[in-house]
Amino acid sequence: MGINQVNRDIPTKYADQYGVYDGEFTNVKPFEAATKHVQPVKPNETKLLASIHDAIVKTGLKDGMTISFHHHFREGDFVMNMVLDEIAKMGIKDLSIAPSSIANVHAPLIDHIKNGVVTNITSSGLRDKVGAAISSGIMANPVVIRSHGGRARAIASGDIHIDVAFLGAPSADAYGNINGTKGKATCGSLGYAMVDAKYADQVVAVTDTLVPYPNTPISIPQTDVDYVVQVDAIGDPDGIAKGATRFTKNPKELLIAEYAAKVITASSYFKNGFSFQTGSGGAALAVSRFMRQAMIDQDVKASFALGGITNAMVELQKEGLVDKLIDVQDFDHPSAVSLADNPDHYEIDANMYASPLSKGAVINQLDVAILSALEVDTDFNVNVITGSDGVLRGASGGHSDTSAACKMSMVVAPIVRGRIPTIVDEVTTVVTPGASVDVIVTELGIAINPNRPDLIKMFKSLKVPQFTIEELRDKAYAITGVPAKIHYGDQVVALIEYRDGHLIDVVKNV
Amino acid sequence: MTNKQSATAGTTESSDIMITLKPNQQGIQVELESNVKKQFGEHITALITDILQRLAITNVKVEAVDKGALDCTIKARTIAAAYRLRGESDYEWEAINSWND
Repeated sequence: MGINQVNRDIPTKYADQYGVYDGEFTNVKPFEAATKHVQPVKPNETKLLASIHDAIVKTGLKDGMTISFHHHFREGDFVMNMVLDEIAKMGIKDLSIAPSSIANVHAPLIDHIKNGVVTNITSSGLRDKVGAAISSGIMANPVVIRSHGGRARAIASGDIHIDVAFLGAPSADAYGNINGTKGKATCGSLGYAMVDAKYADQVVAVTDTLVPYPNTPISIPQTDVDYVVQVDAIGDPDGIAKGATRFTKNPKELLIAEYAAKVITASSYFKNGFSFQTGSGGAALAVSRFMRQAMIDQDVKASFALGGITNAMVELQKEGLVDKLIDVQDFDHPSAVSLADNPDHYEIDANMYASPLSKGAVINQLDVAILSALEVDTDFNVNVITGSDGVLRGASGGHSDTSAACKMSMVVAPIVRGRIPTIVDEVTTVVTPGASVDVIVTELGIAINPNRPDLIKMFKSLKVPQFTIEELRDKAYAITGVPAKIHYGDQVVALIEYRDGHLIDVVKNV
Repeated sequence: MTNKQSATAGTTESSDIMITLKPNQQGIQVELESNVKKQFGEHITALITDILQRLAITNVKVEAVDKGALDCTIKARTIAAAYRLRGESDYEWEAINSWND
């Protein structure tokens, strides 16, 4: 066993294989980038194939290989199910899959696991049905949960070697030039997919909108693509924006957002040229509305907003309050439209967004990040992956990446959700270490991490109720009672990698 | 006092609990369905049992469908269901209030 720096017990087998978390930047060291096998294409050759089946045959996909997908279609994705169904039909087994994330729509994956088609998974997240199935222990090998920056690092360093990437392409030409802004199911940025395209041995573009050569703008270039397949539909546009919220009317969320905006605007970071990132939750989205007013009142403009782009950010830019949008993923349709139309809305890949081993990610330039949480504990550790019942249901996302790199990371969350306390003694699972988390904002008030005395001083006269994190926990427990400990089994069902690849926690079956 | 066959209080809305009481031969038997069962199941079962005992109900089957209700809600719904089961509406507020001390 190895107790890591956030006091989590990592079983020896995995501690030896991955190493254990020992600090935010301890393992940011020089490395040799991964290489890939390239099959050059000659002038007389074509890339267009008739079906997914033909692409699987052409790529020579066989038992034991690693394939990848992107999750830019979010709950509207058809590609992963379509490809895995065909692979299963062809009798290929024992595959490792490395999608950038997994959504509810991917529930058919459960059968592919049970049938031995998929035996290893790495992903940012696992949602309801798939998460519950994995938590029940249906896989012999634990799922490896990686942050968005951690996945980019793992691919660039060779920890994940992708044999074949099946990349849903909102539009593509027959020679493999892809973008996400034209076509039937436009998802906007293809930031996560761009990394796969760059490092996979073989790349199959799966599109429902085949356009004349050359397709521009080029997000993923022909030089990274081996084959192009046309299908009827790659995704449901409504599903892409599912879960993306409108401006909340929930008074609790509005109060949290108001407090968060007060913290930001009272900070020394709030000046001309500042930068920020917000999540897509109700409170996080509402923060930008409150910030907007302060920006107008005080004549402060942001140099860039990063994300996870939502319409709220697009509107701020249209108003001239934000110079540039730096976009690894879009959460709604207006953001995808903006990426297509607006030259100051710029698409980047996940490596540039958040990799700890890139030559400087954009998050390193970020002032303020507003993030959500399922749980925060009195060490400021954050859980975004398991419910309070211990079941896998969330996603690591960019949480640990942005928290570590930005100048002030804020977690916005209600003090309780129904009967579930958000501020607790010990989070169910650590995804982001407390060392990275600076301010917790709840509807009752804020708690500042004691390891940031500069912020405590900065907010001394701030007109927002301030508590210690222990006081916030007590307030939560006073409402809900103290939750009983969860009884886990002995099987490790998920490994939680820190962004540097070392293990920050494990999840056991429940 | 006219005992009914069964009585219900509450809803299955979020943060509520629906308590259904039915006659039972062997003491108080609680069947709890809850989205926070792992963390609060034992507590909720004990709380419902305690309230029923305070109301001198000793033989009853409780079907509780909990959607994350807080203790105050669980108490209120249990009391309401118990009074309905007995066909009573003359609440002993002072006694009930004293349980919070």
